[in-house]
Amino acid sequence: MDQTTGLITQLAEQHGRTRDKLLPILQGVVEQENYLSDETMIKIARELDLPAAEVFGTASFYSFLEYKKMGKYVIRVCKTITCAMKGKNQILLTIEDMLKIGVGETTNDKKFTLLQTNCLGWCHKAPAMLINDEVYTELTPERVREILSEYIKK
Amino acid sequence: MAVQYNLKRADFIFRNENDWEKILSRTLQRDKQELINELISSELKGRGGAGFPTGLKWKLTSEAKADQKYVICNADEGEPGTFKDREILTKVPFKVLTAMGICAHITGATKGYIYLRGEYKFLRPDLEKAIKEFEYYCNEIDFDFSIEIFLGSGAYICGEETALMESMEGYRGEPRNKPPFPTNEGFMGKPTVINNVETLAHAFTIFKHGAKKFYDLGVQFSRGTKLFSVSGDTPKPGIYELELGMSLQDFVDEFGDGDTKAVQVGGASGFLVPRKRFGETSIGYKGKLTGISLPTGGSMMLFNSTRSMFNVLDNYLEFFREESCGQCTPCRVGCQQLLIGIKAVKQGQKPASYLDKLLKLTETMQLTAKCGLGQSVANSFSSIVENFREEMIY
Amino acid sequence: MSKKISITINGVVYEVDEGKTILEAAKEAGIIIPTLCYHKDLCVAGNCRVCVVEVVGQTRLAASCATPCHDNMEVLTNTLKVRNSRKQIIELLLSEHNADCTKCYKNGNCELQELAAEYKIMSQDLIDLVPHKFYSVDMYSPSIIKDDSRCIRCQRCVRTCAELQGVNALSVAYKGDKMKISTFFEKSMNEVVCTNCGQCVNHCPTGALIEKNYIEEVWEAIADPDKHLVVQTAPAVRVGLGEELGFDAGERVTGKMVAALKCLGFDSVLDTDFTADLTIMEEGTELLSRLKKALVENNKEVKLPMFTSCSPGWIKYIEHMYPDYLDNLSTCKSPQQMFGALAKTYYAKARKLDPEKIVSVSIMPCTAKKFEADRPEMHDSGFRDVDYVLTTRELAIMIKQAGIDFMRLPDKKFDRLMGESSGAAVIFGATGGVMEAALRTAYEIVTGREVPFENLNIAPVRGLEGVREASIKIENPLEAWAFLDGVELKCAVAHGLVNAKKVVEAVRNNQASYHFIEVMACPGGCLGGGGQPIPTSPEIREKRTMAIYAEDAGMPVRKSHENPEIIKIYEDYLKEPLGHKSHQLLHTKYTERNRY
Repeated sequence: MDQTTGLITQLAEQHGRTRDKLLPILQGVVEQENYLSDETMIKIARELDLPAAEVFGTASFYSFLEYKKMGKYVIRVCKTITCAMKGKNQILLTIEDMLKIGVGETTNDKKFTLLQTNCLGWCHKAPAMLINDEVYTELTPERVREILSEYIKK
Repeated sequence: MAVQYNLKRADFIFRNENDWEKILSRTLQRDKQELINELISSELKGRGGAGFPTGLKWKLTSEAKADQKYVICNADEGEPGTFKDREILTKVPFKVLTAMGICAHITGATKGYIYLRGEYKFLRPDLEKAIKEFEYYCNEIDFDFSIEIFLGSGAYICGEETALMESMEGYRGEPRNKPPFPTNEGFMGKPTVINNVETLAHAFTIFKHGAKKFYDLGVQFSRGTKLFSVSGDTPKPGIYELELGMSLQDFVDEFGDGDTKAVQVGGASGFLVPRKRFGETSIGYKGKLTGISLPTGGSMMLFNSTRSMFNVLDNYLEFFREESCGQCTPCRVGCQQLLIGIKAVKQGQKPASYLDKLLKLTETMQLTAKCGLGQSVANSFSSIVENFREEMIY
Repeated sequence: MSKKISITINGVVYEVDEGKTILEAAKEAGIIIPTLCYHKDLCVAGNCRVCVVEVVGQTRLAASCATPCHDNMEVLTNTLKVRNSRKQIIELLLSEHNADCTKCYKNGNCELQELAAEYKIMSQDLIDLVPHKFYSVDMYSPSIIKDDSRCIRCQRCVRTCAELQGVNALSVAYKGDKMKISTFFEKSMNEVVCTNCGQCVNHCPTGALIEKNYIEEVWEAIADPDKHLVVQTAPAVRVGLGEELGFDAGERVTGKMVAALKCLGFDSVLDTDFTADLTIMEEGTELLSRLKKALVENNKEVKLPMFTSCSPGWIKYIEHMYPDYLDNLSTCKSPQQMFGALAKTYYAKARKLDPEKIVSVSIMPCTAKKFEADRPEMHDSGFRDVDYVLTTRELAIMIKQAGIDFMRLPDKKFDRLMGESSGAAVIFGATGGVMEAALRTAYEIVTGREVPFENLNIAPVRGLEGVREASIKIENPLEAWAFLDGVELKCAVAHGLVNAKKVVEAVRNNQASYHFIEVMACPGGCLGGGGQPIPTSPEIREKRTMAIYAEDAGMPVRKSHENPEIIKIYEDYLKEPLGHKSHQLLHTKYTERNRY
């Protein structure tokens, strides 16, 4: 956990400790650790002299600030209308079949978490998904298999 | 298609921006009031969906008295079916930055922000590079203005201007009470101009070519061009810059797949127009569709006859139910009631007449919700239920 | 002084100050607009949307609590559109709400219920969302129950905990249909920084936040022929209880309260005010002893300023937030706990009762007292010192259940031995009261003279500003206190935890040089406590304050050290303040706690 404290202090030094720096700091921690544990939030609260409940309330508002343990690679498949029309369910099934997890679940080796998300802004190349910050568009079941195989190899 | 279409293509937005430095420096020399008048006379309206007159917004902010002012570029593009801002920021970011600089000059702001949605994080490195270059030039010409990127974290509601500012201030993205308006009390309580990416890109065009060039395009109340994000059942998905005021029929003739059943204009918070109304509907800020200005960010989603309108509405309501900030009663509970309501009618647990109760509910939401999200659910709900009622019933 | 503008409401023109909201202007005009999320004590939220009105020229309705008036505005508060919208909003709230009122603690005293009645909601066409919600009820705290199924998400509790108390135990979490009021990581109230002050309970319009009640337990104890029921009543109860039983705010009902308790079946009806006087003796001596150690012995270990320790909300707050100041707290227990310890020792002995058969109940304006009675260290009598704590509200419920016509009760007096008190004791119920009581005694001990204030009313410590200061110069003290000659005794009073924070921060940053600080967790002091009648407002608290000081002025004895029963308990039992017996029964220790 010391690593986290160091990270938080470093982020606070970098961004500042005022309330308007809360989001960049939360994002910085999620970038490194994939999610915010309760201990992490307490540390952030102390560092910024904020109530812990406020940190939790703010973080839990944002879909990308996960507070449940996430796998190393978070797959977010878009489920909004155009992607839904263009076959996102087949994409989901492919991923579920490959990784043996359902939506909201994490693989046993803690490598992948599968989630759904809302419009990613790639409707003209639907269906689309994010894996962490990388965007993948014009997905087909075959392409998904290719992409995931690369990640599995990593 | 042997049909004659009246869509007027234009190419102002994505045209090269290499002269941005010249445009910036020469515009900064001009009189501020003159610039405001130019912008007002162009009749440019906000391109994010709300359609507020941009010139007026910049004017009000310039008149506000404060020790600090801000310019914010709203790049939290999240309306389903909209993807044009991403393209602008990728291809012609300097137009946006320059327009922000001009706005700062006019209003007296010295700091600018780009609220970039978290889903576009991959854009950040290149955008940072562009900003660096931009700031370097500003420094060269002694212009006190710097820009910072603020990254979002996955919340559609943060596209609402006051929710965006709440988010930037480190809070939950919950819309504020209006008044006060951002032009008087915005980011950190200071006068703030907050404009959509595309609006700023058009502003650049206006300052480069003059208001008349912009004004001469489009139609009355809907001057200029707009970027349309086209997707769905179309052989030509993509981004197109078109003059405003076109007829939806012409649009479908160009972009449809020959079997277009309906078009969703303006994303999930917009209107679904059925085939029988294509001819009588025009796309602009005072379209024939309703007396209220069309909340169009330019999202155009085409549905052909294989598509179930029930599934479409279900998808939208699911979206709103999740993305609502949850603070006000009509939106938080209303969205849940609408979603569970149409499911109940479809499954026969409620009679078809229950749809009328739900329509009344959306009217209440439109009248009482605290922000545009709750107020706009009625648009797609009523247009889909009224035009495709038979698909809603068991 | 502010500019006047004219607005029209329902066709009538009114002149109002610029900047007022439509709601405020309407109130001045005598027009009632219903509200839910709005509360006088708190900042405007504008989220329930119940207060919507029509503004001519605007298509959408405006929330009157959040919309400022502008010149020539035309407002309509009772059109068909407005009423239908309000009705729909109430229906929406009810659909998300566990609307089984007959099984709710707040049945009959719920703002949502009142609105539903006003708008005659006779059916629910909308779908009941409750089965889809998996609401939970948090019953782990001994003081407060949080029932999410009754929450209308008005956020009054969050604003109260943040603005009024500065504790921030509650916040808004998640979004969309999942949005809810939550503690840190949805832990139970018992596990987080909640101080149990109960201000959230006071401000909650529905039954989402209620006190944990012990009514049935107390009825059972009363019915048990084997048990001897002793009850103590806090000073603030006697100026609040009436509001639940037909009286106006600020009516003193002391005699009737005693009579009612006797009717309910309590064997001995005694007074917390007695141990309030006792607290002054112990705490006053403790202060003087610390001052001596600091000024004469130059003892660097001694901690000043000394903070009062009778408010359990304040105690829990400092244990969570400022554990480095625990040694600054007086070691005195609160009057409730002093009473509890003595009831099963001193009192039991004197009355020849088996302490094991004594059930000690207290009536408090406070929810934190329930937590306090539960603290593991409160067993100095050899038994649990205070068995049950009932709030003013719970007592009113019991009185009603017993069929007592409270208003017609003849006044009765407290029983003897621990039932006599001074005016200094009753003012414990108001912010500044403990300080004033302590000064009345300490000053006289040190100088042999009464405090130099007319009628013993120490005005500088009275009032409702968040933080107040007072200083008394000690001149010509008695010989034993010569070391205090010329010393200016600096005191501070804070009420509402948000002000407690200010004072502690000032001490920490060396911006203040106080000797003695009184802190009350609740706005107004105990009279505004979390267990007092609902609703609360600045006006109501002011009326109760005046009642407290009126009660003090009318007492035959005005100083704690002149209370004959106090003199007796020291003669017969305790021997001297801070003596061995006192340390055994009347002093306590504190615990550092987490900060989330």
